[in-house]
Amino acid sequence: MNTEKIIEIEGLKKTFSMGSGKFTALNGIRLDFRKGEFTGIIGPSGSGKTTLLNIIGSLDTPSEGEVLVMGKSVGRLSAKESASLRKAQLGFIFQSYNLLQVHTVYENVEFPLLLLNTEGAKRRRMILDALEWVGLTDKINSRPAQLSGGECQRVAIARAMVKKPVIVLADEPTANLDAANSHNILQTMEKLNRDFQTTFIFATHDEKVISYVRRKIFLEDGRVARDEYIKPKMTGGQTHDGH
Amino acid sequence: MMAIKLALRNLLGAGLRTWLNVIVLSFSFVVIIWHKGFLDGWDRQAKTDMIAWELGGGQYWERHYDPYDPFSLNDSHAALPHELSALVGQGEITPLLITQGTLYPSGRMQSIRIRGIDPSQQILSIPSHMLDSARDELPAIIGTGMAGSTGLRKGDRVILRWRDKNGAFDAREITIAGIFKTNVPTVDGGQVWIPLDKLQQMMMLPGEATLLAVKNTEKSWPEVKDWNFKTQGVLLEDIDRIIASKTAGGAIVWGILLLLAMLAVFDTQVLSIFRRQKEIGTYVALGMTRGQVVALFTAEGALHSVLAALLGAVYGIPLLALQAARGISFPATSKDFGISMADRIYPEYSAALVAATILIIMITTTVVSYWPSRKISTMKPTDALRGKIQ
Repeated sequence: MNTEKIIEIEGLKKTFSMGSGKFTALNGIRLDFRKGEFTGIIGPSGSGKTTLLNIIGSLDTPSEGEVLVMGKSVGRLSAKESASLRKAQLGFIFQSYNLLQVHTVYENVEFPLLLLNTEGAKRRRMILDALEWVGLTDKINSRPAQLSGGECQRVAIARAMVKKPVIVLADEPTANLDAANSHNILQTMEKLNRDFQTTFIFATHDEKVISYVRRKIFLEDGRVARDEYIKPKMTGGQTHDGH
Repeated sequence: MMAIKLALRNLLGAGLRTWLNVIVLSFSFVVIIWHKGFLDGWDRQAKTDMIAWELGGGQYWERHYDPYDPFSLNDSHAALPHELSALVGQGEITPLLITQGTLYPSGRMQSIRIRGIDPSQQILSIPSHMLDSARDELPAIIGTGMAGSTGLRKGDRVILRWRDKNGAFDAREITIAGIFKTNVPTVDGGQVWIPLDKLQQMMMLPGEATLLAVKNTEKSWPEVKDWNFKTQGVLLEDIDRIIASKTAGGAIVWGILLLLAMLAVFDTQVLSIFRRQKEIGTYVALGMTRGQVVALFTAEGALHSVLAALLGAVYGIPLLALQAARGISFPATSKDFGISMADRIYPEYSAALVAATILIIMITTTVVSYWPSRKISTMKPTDALRGKIQ
């Protein structure tokens, strides 16, 4: 495990206005994440996992405390700097895939590279590589509506990974998938994590995801209840939970 | 460039929704260009015809002459000024004598204006050579409109009554020597053309004229006592005013068309921003700034007009070119306008007209696309990703 800290969270508090009152989603979070981690933020609905993921992804800002991502304080970044951080260093995977429906698989995966102004031939090579990682080279001209849920999520993984980001944030990535597809995409992400040392952080309450992660951070009512490092169960050709 | 590339991708990917807007916009393009081209063509034809048939390169008016006051005609005549008489001989000027008269076709009485014109003149398109008759009769030519209203045909004889310079009535039979076709109602309806020298004799006004039509617009015409020179531009002011009023009326039509087209684009943009919240959130999550997303949505709206221009070109160019070549026929109404209007108008489509129309529509489309897109800049990406924005 690389010891380089890529995310440092200190005293994070996040509150939302709810009518006349306030709702505290995160309360005094203190966490570090290192390069190459494969981590699950685990908790029931309303425990604050998505909020934490959004703040790490600089889509939201802390109400209190400090969140450093790649040495940059998320709360102090301008909109442009925050966009630049997401564009270059972060990848996102969403529960409902969030693919661009009118774009083909190729164009969806191409999108982050267009934002990075990656040159044409290099861009094409990177897209094809990414599609090969997720096993979708035969679907490059398909549109999301023509794909299964598992295939859509694999496109989303390819889109998140194509620029080889330092961190991938996945919010309930298996929630809309059946067991076989869930294991399939988790194995894909695990392999990418191993091959590229990309840090994966999942927000989940899915047992299948929990069985894959090597670090489990349990959130309860906006606080870290437990933070466990697990020795990987899987070795060689073994699969999780007997799959 | 990226915004345009992505916008084009989004537009083409959206399929029918895009093409419906594009069709409506392209229709606006074509109709606006057609309408303006029609008015321009009419304007050009009307002016050309009026210059050829009635105005020449300008006119000297006897100082009492007022074309809108028939009672002034009795006094509107004077001897040809000596400083211009040489130019008459050279074919640079042709004199016309005008008076009121009455025609009695088929037992009816009809007030007319008698115009004396030199049969050998070459300045106006009036076929005055038809008046060059050696026979001892009073030849007259009339336009097809006048022939229609009086029922006169070539060779018909009809009584013409007039008053001479002393106010005494006199009458004589005229022979219709020819009927000419013109688009200029002021030389046709209620007008009877006879040889100038005959009218001078009839009026007892030898060597006198009411107005002098000149050939050359470029020439600097001298000031002459008791005669007012009217430049071609001044003489065309009336038709300019009529065309301007028609153009203003046309602008309302354009405005309505443009408004309808813009409403379609605006509506699409508002709906897009509401319906595509998750997509907007995804763009931000993937690293676009909100400004870039606004630019993307604005570009999408604006590109509607680019696609519309291309689509409009596909069917508009052949259609308008065909109309420009064949003209548009207006046989039934042409005489009711009171100004020169040909039976067939040939629309005139200039490059400036097409470019200005495209530019106006593109700018307007961009503005109405940008307007609703500004909302994106106030969206919280986390709310957009969840589709929670109302």
